Order: sequence, then structure tokens, then C-alpha cells
Amino acid sequence: MSPEAWTTILVILSFILYGYIGWRSRVKDTRGFFVAEQGVPAIANGAATAADWMSAASFISMAGLISFLGYDGSIYLLGWTGGYVLLALLLAPYLRKFGKYTVPDFVGDRYDSKVARIIAVIAAIFVSLTYVAGQMRGVGIVFSRFLQVNIETGVVIGMVIVAFFAILGGMKGITWTQVAQYCVLIFAYLIPAIAIAMLLTGNPIPQLAFTFSDIVDKLNGIQVDLGFAEYTKAFSSKTMLDVLFITLALMVGTAGLPHVIVRFYTVPNVRAARYSAAWALLFIAILYTTAPAVGAFARYNLIETLHDKPIETVQELDWVEKWQNTGLLQLEDKNNDDRLQLTPDAETNEITIDRDIIVLSTPEVAKLAPWVIAVVAAGGLAAALSTASGLLLVISSSVAHDLYYRIIDPTASESKRLLVGRFMVGIAIAVAGYFGINPPGFVAQVVAFAFGLAAASFFPTIVLGIFDSRTNKQGAIAGMIVGLVFTTAYIIGIKFYGMPPWFFGVSAEGIGTLGMVLNAIVTWSVSRLTPPPPAEIQAFVENLRSPLAEPPALADIGEEELD
Amino acid sequence: MHDRPSQRYWKSNIALIRILLAIWALVAIFASILFVEPLNAIEIGQIPFGFWIAQQGAIFIFVILIFVYAIRMDVLEKQANDEDNRDSATSNDEL
Repeated sequence: MSPEAWTTILVILSFILYGYIGWRSRVKDTRGFFVAEQGVPAIANGAATAADWMSAASFISMAGLISFLGYDGSIYLLGWTGGYVLLALLLAPYLRKFGKYTVPDFVGDRYDSKVARIIAVIAAIFVSLTYVAGQMRGVGIVFSRFLQVNIETGVVIGMVIVAFFAILGGMKGITWTQVAQYCVLIFAYLIPAIAIAMLLTGNPIPQLAFTFSDIVDKLNGIQVDLGFAEYTKAFSSKTMLDVLFITLALMVGTAGLPHVIVRFYTVPNVRAARYSAAWALLFIAILYTTAPAVGAFARYNLIETLHDKPIETVQELDWVEKWQNTGLLQLEDKNNDDRLQLTPDAETNEITIDRDIIVLSTPEVAKLAPWVIAVVAAGGLAAALSTASGLLLVISSSVAHDLYYRIIDPTASESKRLLVGRFMVGIAIAVAGYFGINPPGFVAQVVAFAFGLAAASFFPTIVLGIFDSRTNKQGAIAGMIVGLVFTTAYIIGIKFYGMPPWFFGVSAEGIGTLGMVLNAIVTWSVSRLTPPPPAEIQAFVENLRSPLAEPPALADIGEEELD
Repeated sequence: MHDRPSQRYWKSNIALIRILLAIWALVAIFASILFVEPLNAIEIGQIPFGFWIAQQGAIFIFVILIFVYAIRMDVLEKQANDEDNRDSATSNDEL
């Protein structure tokens, strides 16, 4: 059977699975819709968080990015995992103890302020929208590359699938489909990785093959021969300060991303929140420690197969022709010596490799069976759909719960709130789909925004709200505004107005770190210059920190059983 | 009287977080970034040590840190709950 036939079958099967899970998990109240009835076991929530977190970019592009950046690619590996330590130690247990539905909910209740809540809602929607547009695009790209349908059709199919389980099941439906999607995507990532590790080193475990084989060493030698920097050499494309700032911004941004934080509201208790953060990072680490191995192996293998080889020999390879057709691989014999040369200089370089090809072409390059190619396609879709659905729910709950119920109509009935929640998911999917089909030119440029803004707004505000009981509403509002305005201005200035990176050369991607520090300093100082928060708020903070049994959770179980 | 176990619990919690975050910073910031070049002079397996920490080792350590936190907090929480029960038991006796 052809790879296309296998792909069609596997993708349809996986969609049936997601649809079935969505149907089984349909809910009838807002607690089910927004926080999955707070009944998700720690391990399952860990898997759902991992799928929620690992997007189309992690799955398709990250290994390729690392293979081009070498050591400097560590910013993504460190940045997108290290944040979970901050999340697990500083945020997740307390937000679960708080027990409400959204991130703006916590900000609004802790600081007892509508203004703070509205700032948080705006930041949550903005961060999630920038992020989700990219995911819908990812769905379209996977469809177009593997199934030869056009990107628009792919996006629409993706929208229908997400709409089905998200509208019916809300957070509960999303959670259980994400658990299934994690299994699909990790399986799809590991098979080609194990195969290429086996092929090049004879060791099937990518992490061990990476460390104990001589591939990285050989790659260092080849890179130097070709005029590139050594693969393992630090700071060849970015300064040390920039690497530090970007890594920290990604870490803190990860810990502050609303769609990641809300996952910890769905577990039964505080203890489960701590364990599910640990499971989540373990599940993420399986992919994230495999990615650098795939990146190095694939780069070595591509250079060995293509560099300085006669052009006719290369053209005879099936996968070369296929990827040339997609434009992701471009070969041009510029000096007419009938051989292809890879060089760091764009003038003489004859082999142009798109970073996405590293993961997508591995099964073919490693000569795996056609069904493996289909598994990779299904994995890429699982990664994109799971992240998109998590983001869509954040957008829906920010509007339906925080704006509509908490600010516009606090007397709304349970069924009305649920209806508004479902309606908002529908709207959010339509908006995301629109951006997926007509990506605004700036999408790639504003990804830095999502992390920078999450780092500069939510993280310090929430952490100080828990660990510093003196922090009050004036401080939090001033801090969030300063953090957001500074970070936004710096990123927009650099990306759109050609402003030089005046802060010691720190790039737009890394400036969220400084925004976070400014937010924290302003919050802390303004809080101390204004009156302390009222007694109820002090009691609220005391309760967050208290280890003692949680009566509300018990009462909830009672209600459930009465139902 | 009632608040003391929970205050003790909070202090031990903060102390634990401090230690774990110090290890986190040592691995993620110092070993992986600030001192990566000197560490690259050493090799682990067949690759430079600093590079290995940044692309493999740090991630393993992050996972261990979170599991250690969850397991230690179980112990602290149990102590705090036991002490609290004992406190309320004694105050009931007094009544």
C-alpha cells in the first residue's frame, strides 16, 4: 500500500478515536465544561498536559531547528522544559487549592479587582490567539503534505474535529482526547528516532546513541571541514547574554501560559496537582531528550547522503524527488561541477534544507515501511489538534466565564453559562480557522509575544500573590501594566520599526525576562507604598498555603454522588 | 495554637522550594549556559559535558526535581495533618 493510502486510513482512524472519546466525555454543567469536573487522575492529567504543551512546532520543527543551531538550539530544550519546575514548585499546587476555573479568576479574586481581572483576560486571549493561529496552520500543512489536499480543506477538517469534542465535552472532552493524542504523538516520534539511531549507531535508544556514539564527534569534524562552527560549540549564533535571556523568557513564559496553568485545575486535589506536573514533564522529556538526537543524526545523515555527491546519484533517491517537489529541499549545481556542495555561504551553497524536513523525512531517509510515514503524519496532527483545543478552551473560558459571568451578568443561570461557554468555543474555532487559512503576515514574528507577554504579565503577578501576602491590588495592576507595556513596546519596536536591541543586544525573544523583572519590582514596591490588602484577602492567602484537608472538595464529591 | 503546625509546614515548604530551585538554577543557568564553555573541556561518553548538560542532563534533572518535591511534600503534609489532628484531639480532651 502507498504511504498516502496508509496515511488516509490512520488519520481517519485517529479522528474516529478522538470523536468517540469526545462523545463519551460530553458534559452537562460548567464545572465539567471548564475544569473537567476536577476528576482527572494525576498521570492522565500529566499526559494531557504534555500533549497540550507539545505543539505542531515541537513535533515537526524543533529537532530541525536544533540541527541547524547546534548548541544554541538548547534555548528551546531548556526553555520549554525548565519552566515546569517553576510551575510545579511555585504555581500549580496553589492554583489547584484556589480551585476556581481560570487564570484571570485567580488574579481577579486574589487582588479583589475587576481591573486586574480584565487586564488578565486581555493578556490570556491575546497570548492564546497568537498561539492557536499557528496550530491551525500546522494542521493544514500536515494535511497538504501527506494527503495532497489543499491547506484550506485541511484547516476546515481540523476545525470540525476540534469543534466536535470541544463543544460537546469542553475541558473533559479535551482532556481525554489529549491523553489519546499524547500516545499517538509520542509513538510517532519515537519510531523513526529509534530507527535512525539504530541505522547510524546500532544502538536503539536515541538518548544513549547520542551520548555514547561517535556521530556528534564526526558531525563536529564535518561542520568544521565545510566551514560551519563546530556542532557543539556554544554561542556561535547568539551571545551568552541573549541565550540566557531567551532561555529564561521561555521558561517563565511556559510557567505563565494560561492553557498550561488551567490543566492543573482539573485534578482532584493539591497532591495530584504536584504529581501531575511531574508526570507531565516526564512525558515531555521523552520527546525533548529524543529531539537533539534526531537533530544531530538527521543532519549527519543528510550531509553524508547529499554533500559532494554526483547530482545524478542524488536525484535517483525517491525521497529527494518528493521533498524537492514540496520545495522543502532545494538542489542547484551553481558551479556546474556535477556535484552538490553544502557551504555556509548562500552564494555558493547548493543544498538548501528546510528545518521541517528533518523530522518529516526521517522515515524515508532511514528507509522505513510506508506505514511509519503515516504514523508520523497522524502524530503531527495529534500534536497540532491537542494544543489547538487546549488554547481554544482558554479563549472560551476567558470570555464566557471571566467577562460574561464574573463581570457582565453575575446572575446568569448555570445552563445559560454553559451555553455561552459552548458558543464561545465555536466562535474561537472560527476565528482560529480564519487565521489558519489567511495567516496574517506577522504570525511568525509575534510568537515571541506569546511567551514574552506570559512571562511579563502572569508569572510575577501570580507568584507574588501566593508568596507575598503584602502584595495588593495597586501593586499587581501597576506591575502587570508596566511588564506588558515594556515588553510589547520592545518587541514591536524591534520587529516592526527597526529599533536596535538597545538592552545589551537582547533580542525580542528574550526581552520577556526583563519585562518579568520589571513587573516584579514594580508590584513589590507599589504594594509597599500603598495600604496592605484587607483581612479577607490575607485569609484567602493563608488558606492557599494551608496543607489541611480541603472541605470544598469533599462537599463536591457528595454532590456528584447525589446526581 | 491551631496555626502552628501549618506555619511549620509553610516554613519547611519554603525551605524545600529554596533548595530545589537552587539546584534548578545551578543546572539550567550555570552549568548549561554561563559555564558551558569550561565544562565542554570535559567529555561524557563521546560528547562535551556542557553540551550534554544543556541538551540532555538538565532535562533529566528537572524531572527528578519535580518528583522529589511531590514526594517530600507528601511527608510534610502528613506531618502537618497528624500534628493538627493531635492538636484538635487534645483540645477536645480538655473540653
